[in-house]
Amino acid sequence: MSIRVIAEKCTGCKLCVAACPLGAITVTKKLARIDIAKCNFCGACVDACKKFTAIELIRDNVQTVDKSRYRGVWVFAEQKEGRIANVTLELLGEGRNLADKLGEPLCVMLLGNQLGRLARQLICFGADKVYLAESYQLEVFIEDTYTQVITGLIKEHKPNIVLLGATAIGRSLAPRVASRLETGLTADCTGLEIDPATGNLLQTRPAFGGNLMATIICPNHRPQMASVRPKVFNRPQRDELRIGRIVRYDYKDHILTQRAQLLAVVKESAKTAGIAEAEIIVAGGLGLGDAGNFEIIEDLAQALGGGVGASRGAVDAGWISYAHQIGQTGKTVRPKLYIACGVSGAIQHLVGMQSSEIIVAINKDPKAPIFTVADYSIVGDALEVVPALTEEIKKVRIENKEPVVSDSEQESELVLSS
Amino acid sequence: MNIIVCVKQVPDTLEVNINTKTNTLIREGVDSVINPFDLYAVEEALRLKEQYGGMVTVLSMGPPQVVDTLRQALSLGADNAVLLSDIGFSGADTLATSYTLARAVKKIGHFDLVICGRQAVDGDTAHVGPSLAERLDIPHISCVIKIHEVTEEYMVTVRLTEEGTEKVKLSLPGLITVCKEINEPRFPSLKWKINAARSEIEVWSAQDISADENKIGLKGSPTRVIKMTTPQHNRQGQVLEGSTQEQVTDLITKLRQAEVL
Repeated sequence: MSIRVIAEKCTGCKLCVAACPLGAITVTKKLARIDIAKCNFCGACVDACKKFTAIELIRDNVQTVDKSRYRGVWVFAEQKEGRIANVTLELLGEGRNLADKLGEPLCVMLLGNQLGRLARQLICFGADKVYLAESYQLEVFIEDTYTQVITGLIKEHKPNIVLLGATAIGRSLAPRVASRLETGLTADCTGLEIDPATGNLLQTRPAFGGNLMATIICPNHRPQMASVRPKVFNRPQRDELRIGRIVRYDYKDHILTQRAQLLAVVKESAKTAGIAEAEIIVAGGLGLGDAGNFEIIEDLAQALGGGVGASRGAVDAGWISYAHQIGQTGKTVRPKLYIACGVSGAIQHLVGMQSSEIIVAINKDPKAPIFTVADYSIVGDALEVVPALTEEIKKVRIENKEPVVSDSEQESELVLSS
Repeated sequence: MNIIVCVKQVPDTLEVNINTKTNTLIREGVDSVINPFDLYAVEEALRLKEQYGGMVTVLSMGPPQVVDTLRQALSLGADNAVLLSDIGFSGADTLATSYTLARAVKKIGHFDLVICGRQAVDGDTAHVGPSLAERLDIPHISCVIKIHEVTEEYMVTVRLTEEGTEKVKLSLPGLITVCKEINEPRFPSLKWKINAARSEIEVWSAQDISADENKIGLKGSPTRVIKMTTPQHNRQGQVLEGSTQEQVTDLITKLRQAEVL
């Protein structure tokens, strides 16, 4: 690959400097210079220089697939114990938008055992076609078996785009599939768009712990694969009358290799498991001072009937388990109400909660970054404000004669085999 | 039990900003460290070695200064270190990186287990572990927080999921990525520090691992970053004033108006 500036055409306007995502271009004496060591030949500068066409990019024998043969937006349907994951529905909503923009169908891959009923549901949520693979071997998720079936389907039908939820399953499965197909994969996307000029999928994701947003393309390979953070896109309306096709994928001739085996599932208490879906979340951070004070967070959450969240700092300090961590390396949440107590609001935390509908921040430090995303800010000691708030809310609940929310904590272990 | 641990050198802080004039990352004076998750990977490898014997080899890809990171792993007790360094490797995305690492693992030869950190804190993709397993045609388990039982043929692990944990049996040779819950990393010992300082770290080029030039670096990377921006946070927030009681009452009124209470 090579790139050069045509000196006679360059006016030194610096449009290319602003366009370059890698800061590889400098302008001296009204002439642009490209630092080849930094350049990744993405072509952003060439696009920026359309007026003067002063930058020439030569891509040598890039192995470009025949993109016209790849059609359709595909979503991997994540299901556990016969329940479709919410992120799958969110992806159907966004997938539908992308498919309509491209004028291509929206298809779903559904793997499991005896799931015919779920296939119909996926059509109601926007799928045109559901590829259904059923077998006792697919009953629970195992990377090996799922990779084989999914790559088989993709190789046969050649979709243009494949989306998965950035969940424990999706993040473990997607890189294996992309590697076997030798195509590009973008992790943890929070934005998807179609570039009107090229038809490429523009994939936006947080980088450097959320300090930067990067837009990534996969220009010469297909399918374009992305894992997408839960709670970023809206779940579509269910339409009972929608028509679609269910296609059984018959792979019985193959015997699936399976080199890992699920022995047991241990579910956390209902309280914990519910955070990602909770409508109200009360989160605590290091500002609470010590582990014992975390109780006031739990009390407020209970009074509100909400879930308990935590910053990475509080989890790292061992005050609460990782399952409660909200942020870049934890869960992404989007509740109706998020109350951050003693959370400073490091960018990595903000990434996981900033799209909550209403954010309340309680912090001693008026300069804490959490206040930049808050709708209502209380500058004060969380240890004082939170208990007062809990008392007030209990009063409101009693006035409204609302039932006191009971705390149903249960640990269950489902042993599959041993 | 022979174990290969993959590590990455990352910037010490993730608080990067963009100079909007030159469109470059402002990273002046930022030190490099071993990716925090990889310390747990090294620690787990050392513990397994102490219990079952064998050798621990640490492997990394990057510019020549990554030998510092490898030396750090040696000072903790790893036996060997290999650095993949070649101008041809630069600009690699996760697909090209996993291909390159797989070539090196094959050259290292006999292994029972590969351990990677759950993800690198700069890229945060969590791709390389699973992707490397695929390239090596071995099974993998992501986000492991406990190893229960180890035999020659398999190991029983516990992995994190959204709902809790799962106990999974993995055939060996295999690959695991580990979370910080798995152990408490040790500090370097004087004996191993001296050892590390004396150790020769092998540096392999693309040719040394017989890499296909179309599959490494920029050329082997299907994805391209085309834009980097600083995220904007601008909610028009309202500061509630008064005594604690007044603030609380005011907040409840506002939340009720917004119909969230």
